[in-house]
Amino acid sequence: MNQIVDSDELPTLTPTLLYLDGVTVSFDGFRALNNLSLAIDESEMRAIIGPNGAGKTTMMDVITGKTRPNEGTAIFAGQHDLTKLDEAAIATLGIGRKFQTPTVFEMHTVEDNIVLALKADRKPFATLFSRRTASERERIDALLERIRLKDQRLRKASELSHGQKQWLEIGMLLAQEPRVLLVDEPAAGMTDQETADTADLLREIAKTRSVIVVEHDMTFVRDLGVKVTCLHEGSVLAEGSLDQVSADERVIEVYLGR
Amino acid sequence: MILRNIDRAGWVFLGMVITAGILIPVLNLAVPPGSFLHVPDYLVPLLGKYLCFALLAISIDLIWGYAGILSLGHGAFFALGGYAMGMYLMRQIGTRGVYADPILPDFMVFLNYKELPWFWHGFDMFWFAAIWVLLAPGLLAFVFGWLAFRSRVTGVYLSIITQAMTFALMLAFFRNDMGLGGNNGFTDFKDILGFNIQAAETRGVLFFLSAMALAGGYLMCRLIVTSKLGKVLVAVRDAESRTRFIGYRVEYYKLFVFTLSAMIAGIAGALYVPQVGIINPSEFAPANSIEMVIWVAVGGRGTLVGAALGALVVNAGKTWFTGALPELWLFALGGLFVFVTLFLPKGILGTLGTGWDKLHRGSPKKESAPAVAVPDAAE
Repeated sequence: MNQIVDSDELPTLTPTLLYLDGVTVSFDGFRALNNLSLAIDESEMRAIIGPNGAGKTTMMDVITGKTRPNEGTAIFAGQHDLTKLDEAAIATLGIGRKFQTPTVFEMHTVEDNIVLALKADRKPFATLFSRRTASERERIDALLERIRLKDQRLRKASELSHGQKQWLEIGMLLAQEPRVLLVDEPAAGMTDQETADTADLLREIAKTRSVIVVEHDMTFVRDLGVKVTCLHEGSVLAEGSLDQVSADERVIEVYLGR
Repeated sequence: MILRNIDRAGWVFLGMVITAGILIPVLNLAVPPGSFLHVPDYLVPLLGKYLCFALLAISIDLIWGYAGILSLGHGAFFALGGYAMGMYLMRQIGTRGVYADPILPDFMVFLNYKELPWFWHGFDMFWFAAIWVLLAPGLLAFVFGWLAFRSRVTGVYLSIITQAMTFALMLAFFRNDMGLGGNNGFTDFKDILGFNIQAAETRGVLFFLSAMALAGGYLMCRLIVTSKLGKVLVAVRDAESRTRFIGYRVEYYKLFVFTLSAMIAGIAGALYVPQVGIINPSEFAPANSIEMVIWVAVGGRGTLVGAALGALVVNAGKTWFTGALPELWLFALGGLFVFVTLFLPKGILGTLGTGWDKLHRGSPKKESAPAVAVPDAAE
């Protein structure tokens, strides 16, 4: 079951993995997303920037099934309409999400956090009778190694530092073997060194998977060195390299400041 | 392999329950009444009742302590199991009833029933009643849980509707038209499987079976909470939406454990009824269900053994109090709950467990944030 692409999947015409088309979300008349369109390619890393209230988190909510858009579609892998699926189904399709504040299972050990996230049958009875296989054990070890928590594996997640929790959550994301990772402010609250390490980790992940990073920290975005999309009032304001985007008059106006 | 999942407290608990299950009937039946070691007749069904409550407490702890589902209506499942058993026992009375009707139980004759209501058919057979002991609470929990969990009703809201559920059932069972004995319920039982229900030997066997049910119920719940599914349940308790986002259908997990818990509660109720000799709608009273939750909180939620311990301690206290100072019992219960909430937030067993760990680690380990250790009671 390590194969990422289902064999019965239809061939897609474009390398676009995730395509938001004209997505609008209104809360009581307020348009959190306004006719937003966005395309993310296979194995692409994209940074999303924008002022508070620009719709970054709402966009992630739409992609992961937490919020249903009023209009528009979100097509994954050319065939799945994410706006018709629930969170669990979307996660199983291969879309993983890391939240702004690290949300790990505090009462569980570091290792159990990874075990729970590990790609496997998610049905209750399969879970009840599941036994850890040797390959799973190897995978857990490799993941713990990668997120540098191997020595902490038996500690409760609640005892970890903020930065370690962020990494544990990224580790859980990887354990799901997703095709797209949505990462909300991974560098928030991290030291400079941790921030740089996180940028390295994400770049490495993006070699094989698509990654969408929402971030405010411009140094971090520069570190990532990827295409940037700036959102404003629920739609795309500018798109391109960081230099292009940060030279854009309107971006400076609404976000970067003079 | 399975036995590896049982911890020290679990072994002590299993040892004590199984020993008591054998020893108490033996000391009652085999030791002459004059002896110091004799267990008097009245004590056997009383202790048997405690065992049923302990099993009920474990069923509540399974959903509350591990999955964060606070049911304030678990008395309903207990009572449904009890009623299923009660219907069997009523059918066994036969011509020995006051009205000596071979088919109709006394209350039906009294209420001018001409024939047995359709849902009473089959309850003269033990196996049929035994199936309904599981099925009645299981079905109710499944339907209720399906609707509630699918709509993502959680926390206090769920607690309130479980409370409403048991209240509604209480009102329904109070009605004579239900054909289930109205406010008198069922009593005056004679036989169970052909054995005299009042006989000391029958009571001894019922006590032993209650002990085995408690041990078995514990074992099953323990295996569940130590499995990967158990880890998912704790994940749901602590971070429900996170669990969804890694792909678990939280509602199915809750439904599974809620239905199972209701069935265990039903078994507890079915063992309770022949030992106390009565079942009536007051078992559905909301206050009963709340009291059950207090047992679990007192003993230590999320420990299983603690829940059983809490049920024993509180009920022993209740028996003593209602004998010695009857008017003070509710104050004592309320005070106990306040005391435990303030000073023993992890319950008796949780507090003992922490003390034990500290002793073993040598020096008391400083916890950075004590608040995270205990999940929010309202969740």
